[in-house]
Amino acid sequence: MTADLLTASAADLAGRMAAREVSAREVVDAHLDRIAATDGDGTGDADVHAFLAVVADTARRHADDVDQRRVTGRDLGPLAGVPLALKDLFTMRGAPTTVGSRILDGWVPPYDATVTERLRAADVIVLGKTNMDEFAMGSSTENSAFGPTRNPWDLGRVPGGSSGGSAAAVAACQAPLAVGTDTGGSIRQPAALCGLVGGKPTYGTVSRYGMVAFASSLDQAGPLARTVTDAALLQSVLMGHDPRDSTSIDEAAVGQPYPDLLATLDDGVDGLTIGVVTELRGEGYEPAVLAAFENSIQRFEALGATIVEVSLPHASYGLPAYYLVAPSEASSNLARFDGVRYGLRVDAPTAEEMNAATRGQGFGPEVRRRIMIGTHALSSGYYDAFYAQASKVRRLIAQDFASAFDTVDVLVSPTSPTVAFPLGDKTADPLAMYLNDVATVPASLAGVPAVSVPNGVDGAGLPIGLQVMGPLLGDDRCYRVARALEADLDLDPIARGPHALAAPA
Amino acid sequence: MVTTVKDGWELVVGLEVHVELNTVTKMWCGCLTDFGDDPNTNVCPVCTGQPGSLPVVNGEAIRSAALIGLAINCSIHEVSRFHRKNYFYPDLVKNYQISQYDVPICYEGHLELEVEGLPVRVGIERLHMEEDTGKSTHLGGSGRLHGADTSLIDYNRAGVPLMEVVSHPDIRDPETAQAYVRELQGIVETLGVSDARMDQGSMRVDANVSVRHPGDELGTRTEIKNLNSVRSVGRAIAHEAQRQIAVLEDGGTIRLETRHWDEGRGVTETLRVKESVTDYRYFPDPDLVPVHCPAEWVEELRTSLPELPAAARTRLEAEGVDGAQAAALVSTSGMLAVLDGAVEAGADARTAANWLVGDIAGQVAAAGTTFTDSGITGAHLGELLALVDDGTLSNNLAKQVVEHLVADRGARMPAEVAEAEGLQQVSDTGELQAIVDQVVADNPDTVATIRDGNAKAIGALVGQVMKATKGQADPRATNELLRASIID
Amino acid sequence: MALSEAEVRHVARLARLDLSDDDVAELAPQLSEILEYAQQVGEVAADDVEPMIHPFPVMNVVRADFPAPSLPRDLVLDGAPDARDDRFAVPRIVAEDA
Repeated sequence: MTADLLTASAADLAGRMAAREVSAREVVDAHLDRIAATDGDGTGDADVHAFLAVVADTARRHADDVDQRRVTGRDLGPLAGVPLALKDLFTMRGAPTTVGSRILDGWVPPYDATVTERLRAADVIVLGKTNMDEFAMGSSTENSAFGPTRNPWDLGRVPGGSSGGSAAAVAACQAPLAVGTDTGGSIRQPAALCGLVGGKPTYGTVSRYGMVAFASSLDQAGPLARTVTDAALLQSVLMGHDPRDSTSIDEAAVGQPYPDLLATLDDGVDGLTIGVVTELRGEGYEPAVLAAFENSIQRFEALGATIVEVSLPHASYGLPAYYLVAPSEASSNLARFDGVRYGLRVDAPTAEEMNAATRGQGFGPEVRRRIMIGTHALSSGYYDAFYAQASKVRRLIAQDFASAFDTVDVLVSPTSPTVAFPLGDKTADPLAMYLNDVATVPASLAGVPAVSVPNGVDGAGLPIGLQVMGPLLGDDRCYRVARALEADLDLDPIARGPHALAAPA
Repeated sequence: MVTTVKDGWELVVGLEVHVELNTVTKMWCGCLTDFGDDPNTNVCPVCTGQPGSLPVVNGEAIRSAALIGLAINCSIHEVSRFHRKNYFYPDLVKNYQISQYDVPICYEGHLELEVEGLPVRVGIERLHMEEDTGKSTHLGGSGRLHGADTSLIDYNRAGVPLMEVVSHPDIRDPETAQAYVRELQGIVETLGVSDARMDQGSMRVDANVSVRHPGDELGTRTEIKNLNSVRSVGRAIAHEAQRQIAVLEDGGTIRLETRHWDEGRGVTETLRVKESVTDYRYFPDPDLVPVHCPAEWVEELRTSLPELPAAARTRLEAEGVDGAQAAALVSTSGMLAVLDGAVEAGADARTAANWLVGDIAGQVAAAGTTFTDSGITGAHLGELLALVDDGTLSNNLAKQVVEHLVADRGARMPAEVAEAEGLQQVSDTGELQAIVDQVVADNPDTVATIRDGNAKAIGALVGQVMKATKGQADPRATNELLRASIID
Repeated sequence: MALSEAEVRHVARLARLDLSDDDVAELAPQLSEILEYAQQVGEVAADDVEPMIHPFPVMNVVRADFPAPSLPRDLVLDGAPDARDDRFAVPRIVAEDA
């Protein structure tokens, strides 16, 4: 019974709770027990270490409340009572928010993020806050100040990042759903490496209010789940205009409605035109990744889609542009961490020395590196060649996408050039780590939606993902195409490995 | 005559004026702008820079900025945007200030001033929107920054909307700088968008000052901060010009630096040397979207502009008001409204101006209030002048009525005051005749002198009658009755 | 795009980051390599291209000038490393306001 609750999809759990076959409290307790069993204290070789903090009491109280309201016959949302793992960069009153950093030591946010509010309003039950690369800077979750998260498929490997804790939590069946954030691939890449579905919504459809900023013009929260339907359901809860975020999309202002992610979910790909991006495959991609990708293309064709080769001529400049734009914004966004108003303070005789000491000791090496790159890219004499030029390249990439969507419904590529790599493999070489994002950053720069969906495993049984990219506000198409592949491949969504549970019957 | 700094030298001044808007809420959040409240009470996640918080522009601030821009003859950019100005300072919550950089909302305007009776035009480079910082208090040492051990910060002021108006370096003498500041003050006050109180910091002026020989390239400038009155603006610029000339004539050079004006000692002193231009790393704020001011909206705004000080001065002078009085009427907060109200109630503009700028302004000032807060309206002044006109009040009595009006903040109208306080003129002939008779009887010597042909001596008797009536006797009637009793 | 150790120290000053000599020695070649890679953006001819800040050309997102509740002061000051007299306390400020 318990194992069954852990491996069930969110949609299935929600249905059973609505039918009162199982209570939200039972579902939450089962997942809290699972977290305790598989996360341990987070330091052992067998500990997944997905969570930085578990809010068991709050979660149980919320579950009881949902159960009570269910008894009184109140109409509850489609995910009511479903447990969720929240990336530790969303503010949530009553619990620390660390962003994976020492610099926020002791900070308990005085307000809730819009995402946190929307989850609560939907009666989705937050179990705790998940581990991440410090300030979401990284692709392996090894940059967390609190130690790495391990990939449930192989505990010697990384779960990807920066939303590695959220991905590992779902893959380890600690929660059926998680919220991550994606700046250059931080939902999609860990989804691929953990065998999950991960969505990066159209920029501006999920409020950034209360999301600790990494790169404001790129950051976007999104879902991680074991099924496409679950991810679409969760993204539907997260999306919506928020007047507290100036970049949040107001349907009236853009003259286009938010997509309905569920209406066309099961419509299949018959009649759709799928573009294969020339620039996002080939050199640098592992053979198993390319093989899974080719197989997926064949499946799409077999399912009735028209496959065409599409060039995004500037996509190969995506990664260099991203590694200028994102650090530039970050260098400014992270200036507020200075030891004055919250978090860590390292004492020094003057305010200036105190700022510098606090920041020097409070930020980890990767964050310092990116602050340095960004500060340099914005500084006098370099601005035009770096930040401004990167912002221009960004527009060219967005234009490439727009022209492509004149002729195709969606674009596809591998999500990550590699499967999950061993812990410590790339930590000494920052640039090698950055190359993990090569396929995911173009969509981030253009602001378009993208979904990663599992499309196979390599010889060692490690998961591989395929990325579906759609036009602005075309998130529904991404999910529809991902769903068609999921249904066709019928892969086991439950992670193998030492903590493996049996798949749902 | 305006001040000439020194023969053979020319003064060059540009002013940067910061105006705090009096919007109800801050620039980016719904906190109140009442920064004088208890420390850190008008603060929220946004204006304390809590991680994850985001700014949303106060639409009223955009409207106010555009209004000021139009009033100072600026053009409005149809699309402008916000940049981040990155620098570290504990009173700056995000360690960047959201400001406007390459495309400010308003650009290229000017002010037409009158300085010592001559017209002067000062060009304006731009007006841009930004946010104010928190307020630091320095503990220990002198209480000033230097020597403090600890600084305490109150973020009530953080995020209050701030407009910066940057003039071209068109100013050539301290008087023009003062007139420019006064004019700007009058404009924002007329528009009702700021309290523009220099003493309270809601209007702050920095002066960029340099000197040169006429015709030469611009000299190295210094920037003077802490000018918190119009008087300081003039004094500091004059002092700084003399200092620079003395340095240059001594064969020295001027350093690019920021200087602090010490009002008490009447000197400027080095605050900080600008070794190199600070690298603010400006870039477009990705948390905000561009500001759009469509042409139709701007035109609508233009038609909503009230009468501005320059136009008001011209109108008053056309109505016969003296130039200096017109200037005072326009530049004193709330005074013009009283005048216009009185004229509407039937008063003569020139007479009303005389009373306002003269006696009433003096009494209002002595009471430590302003016209805006005095409670005295155009209706009060109109009625007062009508009472003088019809002989109910003498000038002296009218002044006494004003004292009462000021004292009880206009709670009563002048006629009511005169009645209640017994300040009407006694012009009832029967009552007055009895007093005159008594005075004549009591002063036989003076009466004899008058009868001997010294008509001027009658003044002494008028005085006696006034004294006996506590000033309420109508002087003209008294005079006539005295003449009749003595001479006829 | 080699970044000297002196340049690294200059950038660290702008970013207000304390770096040890070892940090500087390690960062100089790393930053040089990353910037060398990033410099590829310069290969794209983009002189007449408008820089992109947001995916949607949305303008004028404004708020009505209407008050919203502020936070209780204690809640704000609770987060501060040091607070006195209802204010945030910092050690002596040396540099003047910019």
